[in-house]
Amino acid sequence: MTGATSERLQRWGLMVPALGALAFVLIYPLLTSLWLSLHRFILVFDERKFVGVDQYAFLLTDARFWSALGNTVYFTAVALCLEVVIGLGLAMLMNQPFRGQGLLRAAVLVPWAIPTVVSAKLWAWLFHPELGWLVPEGANWLGSPTQAMHAAITVDVWKTSPFVALLLLAGLQGISEDVYQAARLDGASALRIFRSITLPMLAPVLGVTALMRALDAFRVFDAIYVLTEGGPANTTETLSIYTYKTLMRAGDFGYGSTLAIATFICAALLTALGAGLMNRRRR
Amino acid sequence: MSWVRSLLALAAVVFCVGPLVIQALVSVDPESDLGSRFPDRPTVEAYLTVLADPNFLRALWNSLLVATLTTVASVGLGGMAAFALAKLRIPGRAPILAATLAVSMLPPVATVSPIFLALRAMGLRDLAPGLVLPYTSFALPLALWLLTAFFAELPDELFQAARMDGCSPLQTLRHVFIPLAGPGVASTALLVFVFAWNEFLFALTLTSSPSQRTVPVAISLFTTGQKEPFAEVAAASVLVTLPLILLTLAFQRRIVAGLTAGAVKA
Repeated sequence: MTGATSERLQRWGLMVPALGALAFVLIYPLLTSLWLSLHRFILVFDERKFVGVDQYAFLLTDARFWSALGNTVYFTAVALCLEVVIGLGLAMLMNQPFRGQGLLRAAVLVPWAIPTVVSAKLWAWLFHPELGWLVPEGANWLGSPTQAMHAAITVDVWKTSPFVALLLLAGLQGISEDVYQAARLDGASALRIFRSITLPMLAPVLGVTALMRALDAFRVFDAIYVLTEGGPANTTETLSIYTYKTLMRAGDFGYGSTLAIATFICAALLTALGAGLMNRRRR
Repeated sequence: MSWVRSLLALAAVVFCVGPLVIQALVSVDPESDLGSRFPDRPTVEAYLTVLADPNFLRALWNSLLVATLTTVASVGLGGMAAFALAKLRIPGRAPILAATLAVSMLPPVATVSPIFLALRAMGLRDLAPGLVLPYTSFALPLALWLLTAFFAELPDELFQAARMDGCSPLQTLRHVFIPLAGPGVASTALLVFVFAWNEFLFALTLTSSPSQRTVPVAISLFTTGQKEPFAEVAAASVLVTLPLILLTLAFQRRIVAGLTAGAVKA
């Protein structure tokens, strides 16, 4: 074997294991889900029947799917707005010198490090109708069709705002102090500095962070599953929860896969929308 | 003005840490359902109950094993590929990085049923170590991106010098790049470990026996008898969270570096 051939082999040898593992979670599942979504396939009977696009036609008329999509969009939109506002506030606070800055920078890592399942349990306790510290005596937020979703959003906001803050803080630290000094010399007000310097210079990091969070919130599963399992009356059922229940509770791998593909398409559209918005800003 | 900041910061610290502190109070107060908010007679009873539960101990062991194996596999495979992407001229570098990004945006639930069928076919379903395969695949994009960024920061001359001295690419990676990018490798390993320790959806789907559960699944299904065992759940929560928080605080700078590397450098 010549040196050059062995070089090339080594080069690809380094890549192949990682590429194989990625194919295992990207190409193989998507193709399999697509194929399963065209079949009637109940796991326990282990019997497959080709039904074409029937299940997709059913999906379009499935009120539970549309309600899950609506719940997911609502959860994502409200959680994302709150997380960006709280995260930005925390980041700007952490970017200032004050006594106890180190303590705050350590404390924001706590919600990030706590497993989502545990954080849902923490909040389930705080929301408990009789014992909870946060709810008025006797109010059952987790059992209320109008409040349960907001309880789930609270858990997500608590868990991930600090993460948003850390990313935005890194962005703020990248803005040179000279720019601020120049603006202050020119007599710009704090609000003016925030609008004309901080926000535009933070925009790229803010965009990436918001897109990452939006995608994460869109596939929310853990927090809602532990808090309410999608209840009461499916009012907190998101796409991930509905898909999971159809696949693993009902054992319907056919229609469950149709829902999985629909969830995938929605997430892909969200990504495209986010990336498109960011590119337009950049121009 | 400085005291206003300190006051705001105090509120922020309470917001971040408060729920966990309350849970710690609940865990030492088995009679917390009687209405008093602060434990009058704190006891460690709930901790003893939890630590005497063989299924919970098994779950701790499963989580530790799965998270460790996932970390080793992701950093190993990711490191090799990242090195090739950062320093060897690999054709199709951009599409490969784009594909890894696509994986990280995939809703996990969209891949649950095929992975379930694949692990069942391999005889790995309902075995905790079977989780290492999907976990490694899902952690790879993160490991690959971070390590590529960290390796790219090291000068090309290092690579050329090692080659002149007769090192193969694999030797260069092992003896030159991994040691020099040590802090970056540590950041990556910590983030992967935390991801694997906390993962819930796949652990819930791919295991069913109590002896194969990981910690998040065990906690989500924690019940003894009819009454919800608040003190026990709280004790278990504190037990599985504390090591993670200590790890995070001990490696605070490394973790923040890892978390921000992706968003800020992109």
